[in-house]
Amino acid sequence: MSSQLKSADKKHFQTLLMKAVDAELNPDEQTEFDKFVSKDADCRNEWQQMKKLKEVTKNMNFKSLPTEVWDNYWVNVYNRLERGLAWILFSIGAIILLTYSGFKAVESIIADPQLAGILKAAILMLIGGSVILLVSVVREKLFTQKSDPYKEVQR
Amino acid sequence: MSYGLAIVNPTLTENRMVPAVDEGTLILRCQAGEKQAYGELVNKYMKRAYYTALGLIGSPEAAMDLSQEAFIRAYRAIKRLDADKKFFTWYYRILKNLCLNHLRDRARHARPFSEVGETTLLKMSDQGEDASRQVEQEETREIVWDAINSLKPQEREIIILKDFQEHSYIEISELLDCPMGTVMSRLYNARQALKVKLEKVLK
Repeated sequence: MSSQLKSADKKHFQTLLMKAVDAELNPDEQTEFDKFVSKDADCRNEWQQMKKLKEVTKNMNFKSLPTEVWDNYWVNVYNRLERGLAWILFSIGAIILLTYSGFKAVESIIADPQLAGILKAAILMLIGGSVILLVSVVREKLFTQKSDPYKEVQR
Repeated sequence: MSYGLAIVNPTLTENRMVPAVDEGTLILRCQAGEKQAYGELVNKYMKRAYYTALGLIGSPEAAMDLSQEAFIRAYRAIKRLDADKKFFTWYYRILKNLCLNHLRDRARHARPFSEVGETTLLKMSDQGEDASRQVEQEETREIVWDAINSLKPQEREIIILKDFQEHSYIEISELLDCPMGTVMSRLYNARQALKVKLEKVLK
């Protein structure tokens, strides 16, 4: 970009340049742009380079997917939506059942007169340790999610 | 994974921004729990969603997964969407966040862009060209795609939206939720960055 252009002119030329590259100039802007390009060699040079760049990117397209992929797209979304609900219900049910069975298991261990005290203590420590580990992992996950720097990106 | 060789611009095969009235009705029907109405919205925007995600993250499998996941999240939150607003603009922010999270996770697992298999995704418009010309174009294609992938996510995003998805400046301004002037300057900076990376190709 020409050092002869003032900062405001540079900014204006950049805007016109983008519009020119994307063929979005109106007649007045076109006249203005032509003036820049005819008067300033650096502007002219940049215009040539941007045109080449546009040529290169214009010729690049993603390959299309087979029609059946699109035919099944909504079905897949629908199935995943439905399964999401199923997983929530399954998880709630599983948590309730596991908590209840855990409680019953602990209750029966404590109530069992034949089981040695040291074994009861070991089993309880094992269960207690597992619960603390689980809570710790869940808490860490929640904390990571809360402090995720990308979480609120341009919402 | 093979995706066929036909050259199309996916964005031109589907509807552009849907008139607000029709879309508003669909959104209201979705908010009333009508999944069929949501299916219509998904069918309208699925291609644009997939190809946008593909441009942002480069992996076809992940792009398919994330574009569908974004539709699922959008459906769950659709009651919060103002029926007067454009669905895709709102959906795009969900999709973009998912893509950024995906990129961040991929960076954590040290999988650079060039190892994700995205190089099989693009093809130059080479119909009717001879073999040597095609090889040359294939090389150029890879250089260009690598250059695009090496841009910052924000720069890559605006190049994808403008040059691949062919959105107008107004549409980009809505999608990125920023003024037109910012769109123009971001596009200029992104193209400048790309131009520097493609210096040899452009000579």
